[in-house]
Amino acid sequence: MSDYRIKGETGEWEVVIGLEVHAQVTSNAKLFSGAATAFGAEPNTQVSLVDAAMPGMLPVPNRECIRQAVRTGMAIDAQINKWSRFDRKNYFYADLPQGYQISQLYHPLVGEGSLTIEADEKAGIAADKVIGIERIHVEQDAGKLMHDQHPTMSFVDLNRSGVALMEIVSKPDMRSPAEAGAYVRKLRAILRYVGSCDGNMEEGSMRADVNVSVRKPGDEFGTRTETKNVNSVRFVMQTIEYEAKRQVEVLEAGGTVDQETRLFNPDTGTTRTMRSKEDAHDYRYFPDPDLLPLELDDAFLAECRDSLPELPDAKRARYLGLGISAYNADVLTAEVENARWFDALLETGAEPKAAANWVTSELFGALNRLGKDIGDCPVTPAQAGELLGLVADGTISGTIAKQVFEKMLETGDGAAAIVDREGLKQTSDTGAIEAEIAKVLAANADKVEQYKGGKEALFGFFVGQTMKAMQGKANPQVVNELLKKALS
Amino acid sequence: MTDLTNLTVAEIRDGHRAGDFSAVEVAEAFNANVAGAKALNAFIVETPDRAIEAAKVADADRAAGTLKPLSGVPIGMKDLFATNGVQTTAASHMLEGFVPRYESTVSQKLWDAGCGMLGKLNLDQFAMGSSNETSYFGNVISPWKRNDGGNAALAPGGSSGGSSSAIAARLCPAATGTDTGGSIRQPAAFTGISGIKPTYGRCSRWGIVAFASSLDQAGPMARDVRDCAIMLENMAGFDPKDATSLDLPVPNWEAALSSDLKGKKVGIPKEYRLEGIDPEIDAMWDAGIAMLKDAGAEVVEISLPHTKYALPTYYIIAPAEASSNLARYDGVRYGLRDLPQGAGLQDMYAATRADGFGPEVKRRIMIGTYVLSAGFYDAYYTQAQKVRALISRDFTAAFETCDVILAPTAPSAAFGLGEKTADPLSMYLNDVFAVPASLAGLPAMSVPAALNREGLPLGLQIIGKAFDEQGVLNAGLAIEERAGFTARAEKWW
Amino acid sequence: MRCGEGASGAASPDKATDMAIDQATVRKIASLARIAITDDEAAAMEGELNGILGWVEQLGEVDVTGVEPMTAVIPNTLRLRDDVVDADPLTGGNRRDDILANAPEPQHGFFGVPKVIE
Ligand SMILES: [Mg+2]
Ligand SMILES: [Zn+2]
Repeated sequence: MSDYRIKGETGEWEVVIGLEVHAQVTSNAKLFSGAATAFGAEPNTQVSLVDAAMPGMLPVPNRECIRQAVRTGMAIDAQINKWSRFDRKNYFYADLPQGYQISQLYHPLVGEGSLTIEADEKAGIAADKVIGIERIHVEQDAGKLMHDQHPTMSFVDLNRSGVALMEIVSKPDMRSPAEAGAYVRKLRAILRYVGSCDGNMEEGSMRADVNVSVRKPGDEFGTRTETKNVNSVRFVMQTIEYEAKRQVEVLEAGGTVDQETRLFNPDTGTTRTMRSKEDAHDYRYFPDPDLLPLELDDAFLAECRDSLPELPDAKRARYLGLGISAYNADVLTAEVENARWFDALLETGAEPKAAANWVTSELFGALNRLGKDIGDCPVTPAQAGELLGLVADGTISGTIAKQVFEKMLETGDGAAAIVDREGLKQTSDTGAIEAEIAKVLAANADKVEQYKGGKEALFGFFVGQTMKAMQGKANPQVVNELLKKALS
Repeated sequence: MTDLTNLTVAEIRDGHRAGDFSAVEVAEAFNANVAGAKALNAFIVETPDRAIEAAKVADADRAAGTLKPLSGVPIGMKDLFATNGVQTTAASHMLEGFVPRYESTVSQKLWDAGCGMLGKLNLDQFAMGSSNETSYFGNVISPWKRNDGGNAALAPGGSSGGSSSAIAARLCPAATGTDTGGSIRQPAAFTGISGIKPTYGRCSRWGIVAFASSLDQAGPMARDVRDCAIMLENMAGFDPKDATSLDLPVPNWEAALSSDLKGKKVGIPKEYRLEGIDPEIDAMWDAGIAMLKDAGAEVVEISLPHTKYALPTYYIIAPAEASSNLARYDGVRYGLRDLPQGAGLQDMYAATRADGFGPEVKRRIMIGTYVLSAGFYDAYYTQAQKVRALISRDFTAAFETCDVILAPTAPSAAFGLGEKTADPLSMYLNDVFAVPASLAGLPAMSVPAALNREGLPLGLQIIGKAFDEQGVLNAGLAIEERAGFTARAEKWW
Repeated sequence: MRCGEGASGAASPDKATDMAIDQATVRKIASLARIAITDDEAAAMEGELNGILGWVEQLGEVDVTGVEPMTAVIPNTLRLRDDVVDADPLTGGNRRDDILANAPEPQHGFFGVPKVIE
C-alpha cells in the first residue's frame, strides 16, 4: 500500500496538499519599473522611484515578464488568456511600499493546466500522476525586512520590491510529502527548461506557500493552513509532515484547525502562527486603475510558442526511445543544463546508450569530485564525443578511456591527441597477447588447475592479469578469445 | 507702461518675443503681486527665485534667437505636481516638508517650454474638495466679493482653488490644475477664468500625486481660451511612463482656434435642467445657447439618461481608488511619521495616518475602504463601474447627433467659506454638472459667461468628444467673444 | 446585494434612513484603512458615512443587465515596456540617495521602522 496515511488514535488520516509556488521571472528589469533585478546588490540600490512608491509614480509593465509567464503557461499546457488584467491587493506592511501589491485575481494571465509527476516506488508514488494547476498570475514581489540589525528597529530593503513573480497555483491534488516534493522538482525543471525562472531556491527565486489540510479518507476537505515562503523541496516536505501531524493531533484532541497563515522554522522543522498577517484577510482587491487591460495578440502568442524548447517530458520520452534506461533518462533530464550538454554530445554521433552511461557515471562522477557543475565542465561535448568515438571504434578500451578522460580533465587536450602522445592505442596483435597469456598462466599454475577443476569464475582473474600485463592496451575481446583457447 | 500682470499668456509671449519688455520685468511684476497677496493664501510655497532664473534664461534665449514656445511666461504650479527640489505637499500635513527628487512630466514639459515657476499653489488636500477648504495650509480665499456690501470670504472653488484664485487676482497669468470630478472647471467658473480638462490620457499623470487614477487629468487654467490652448499644447503629449497616456500627436490647438461654428451641432442635455436650480444659472445657460447659435451652430436637444447617477457613481469610484492610492502614505519612506511611545509598525501607520490626513481625506478613504471590502465590492464598486459604462454610452449616443455639449459648469456661483463644510453631501452636489464628463474621460472646459446679481462670475461648460479638445476650445472661444466677460475682482487684499 | 436593497429610490442626501453602518463597523473600516480614530470621531463618522452610503445606494436601482464594468475610460490598450535596466533614470534604479532623501528614519541605506515581529 503506497498511500500516505497518518495513523492517529481515531484511525487513519489523509493529507491534502496544494501549493502556491512563487517563481521569480527571469528578466533584467522589474515588472513595472526599469530597476535591475540582480541578486545580492547593496540595499535599496536597485530601487526606482516607482518601486519606492513615491507620490505620483506609475507602473508600466515589462513585456519580457508577460512573455515568460505566457511561455510557462504554454509549457504546462495551460489556457492562455488573451485578455487579462491587473488588480490591486491592498494591505499594509513595511515591505509593501504602495500599500498594495499589483497582482491578478479576477482575470489571471494563465488559466488551467497541469504537470505530471513520475512514479517513484521508493518514495511511495505508485504511478505517474497528473497534478492540476489552477492558474498562473503575474505579480510584484515585496521588499525585504531585516530584524536582527538593530535592537528596536527593523530595516527595510526594497531591492526585491517590484520584481516580477509568477504565482503558480496548484489544485489540491497532492496526497503526500513525496508527491509535493516531486511536484516542486518537476515544476522547477519545467521553469528552468523554459528559462522563465532560474529556480534558485536558496536565493528565493522559487518559494512555496504550502496549503495543508487533513481528513478521514473519503471525507470532505478539512480546514487548511497556509505556511508561507518555504524555500526548499526538503522544507516543503517537512512542512507537510509537521502540519499534517499537528492538525491530526488538534482534531483528535477535539479541537478545530484555524484557517491561518503560518511560518516554517527550518531549524526545528516546525511551523507556527504568523502574527503579522493575522488581521490582513480583507484585501479589497479591485482592478488597478493605473493599468489598462492586458490584451495579447496572435503574433505575440506565436512567438511565445515557437520559442519554447523541448520540455522534460518530451525529452525523457525521446531518450527512452533511443534505448536509454529509465533511470538514466530521469537523471539526464532532471537539470536542463545536463540535458542540453547530453544533447550536444548526441549530436557528435555518440551512441546514445553508451553516451548516457558515460555521462551519468564518468562525467558526473568527475564533476562531483571536482566540485563543478556542467556549466563549468572542463570537457566540451565535442571532446567527449571524440573520446567515446575512440572507444566505439576499438581504438582504446573502456579502461584506457578512463585514463584518457582523466588526462583530458587535467590538460584540456583532445582524446586522440592524448592517446597518440601516450601510446595508449589498443592492440589486437595476437602474437604479443599470446606471449603475455603464456606468462600469466605459467605464473599461476595453481589457479589454472582450479579453473580446470571447475572454478570458472577465475576466468576474470586471468583476463585482468593479462590486461594488466598489456598495460590495458589489449583489445579485451581478443584477450577473451585467446584466453579461452589457451585454457581449453 | 501697462501693468504686465494684466497681460495674458499670449500677450506676454508675444510681447517678450517682440522685445516690448523683458522676461525679468514680467517675473518681477508677478513676484510682487504674489508677495502682496498673502491674504488670499493661494500659494503654499513661493518661488520667486525660480521665476527670475527662468526669466533670465528667457531673456538670454531671446538675445540668442533660441526662444522656446513659452519663454518669458511665469506660471503657478498646483501643489499636486511633484517639483524637483521644491516642497510638494498635496496640501496635506502628511507631505509637509516632502521635497521630491523628481519632476512631474507635465511640469517638466512646461519648464522645457520656457515657463518659470512663481510657486506652488494651494489646493484641497489631496485634491479632495470643491471649495479649497480642506487644505492643511489653510483656506484659499477668492478675490471676488459679493456686491451686497458684506465682506464674506468666498470659496475659490476646488480642488484647484489656489490656481483659480491666483489667476483671477493676477498673481499669475496661468496655472496648472488637475480635474478628477470638476477640479479645474468648477474653480474656473467660481473665479471668472477659463480652464480645460483634456481627454483622459492627454496629459501624463506621472509625478502628479494621485487622487483617483481613472479620473485624474491635468489641464491648464488661464484667463482666456487662447491661453488655455497655448498652455495645453505645452502640457499634453505621450509619456511612456504612464500606461494610460494616449500615444497621439499633440494638435496645434492655438493655431486652429476658430469661433465660427457653422455646420456644428451643440447638444443641450435635458437632464441637466435641474429642478429647483438657481434661475440665474438657467438664464446664463440660455444666453450661452443664443451665443452659440449666433456663432453659427445648430442647437439640438440631447438626452443623457443616467445623469442623476453620475455623482453617486463618482462617490464610489473616486474614494475606492483614493483609499488604495493613499495607502502609500504610511510614514515609512517619506512624509510624516507619528510614532507613539512603544508603538509597533501597525500602530505607527494608524497614528501617522490619523495625524497626517485631514477629515475629508479620511472620510473618503473610509468610504473607499468600505465599498471595496469583502462582501460589498460587487454591490458598490462593480455596480458603479457598470453604471459608469452606461454614463459613457449616453455620451457616445449623444455625440451621434451633436459635436459638443453645452451646460452650466456648476449649479451655483461661489459660496461663502464655511457655508457647506458641515454637510459633505451638499458640497459633493456642487460637482453635479462636472462629474459626468470626468467619468467618461471627455474633454470639457469652463469659460466665464456672466455675473450673477451678486456680482459673482458664472461659468458655462462645453463638453466634447474624446480627443476633440479643438471643438471644445472653439465653442469656448465663441462664447468668450460674445459674453464679453471683462469683470474682475476689485483688489482688497 | 446592498445597493438597491433598502435604498428608497433617490435617497435624499440629507435624510438617509438606512443606517447600514454602526460604530463597530466604522472602527473596523478605520482599522482596515489604518487610521486611528477616537470614539467621538467614530460617532461622527457613523452619521456621515451612513449619509453618503445611503445616498450612493440609489445606484442599485439602475438596470445594468448585460453591461460590462468599465475597464478603460478611453479606448486604449496596455502598452508594454522593453526589458531594459535603467533605460530612463526616472523609472530606473541606482538612486538610493533620492530614494532615502525624505525618509523619516534612514539607517545605513535602509528605511528604519519599529521592530516587526513576524
Ligand atoms: Mg499565497
Ligand atoms: Zn502571490
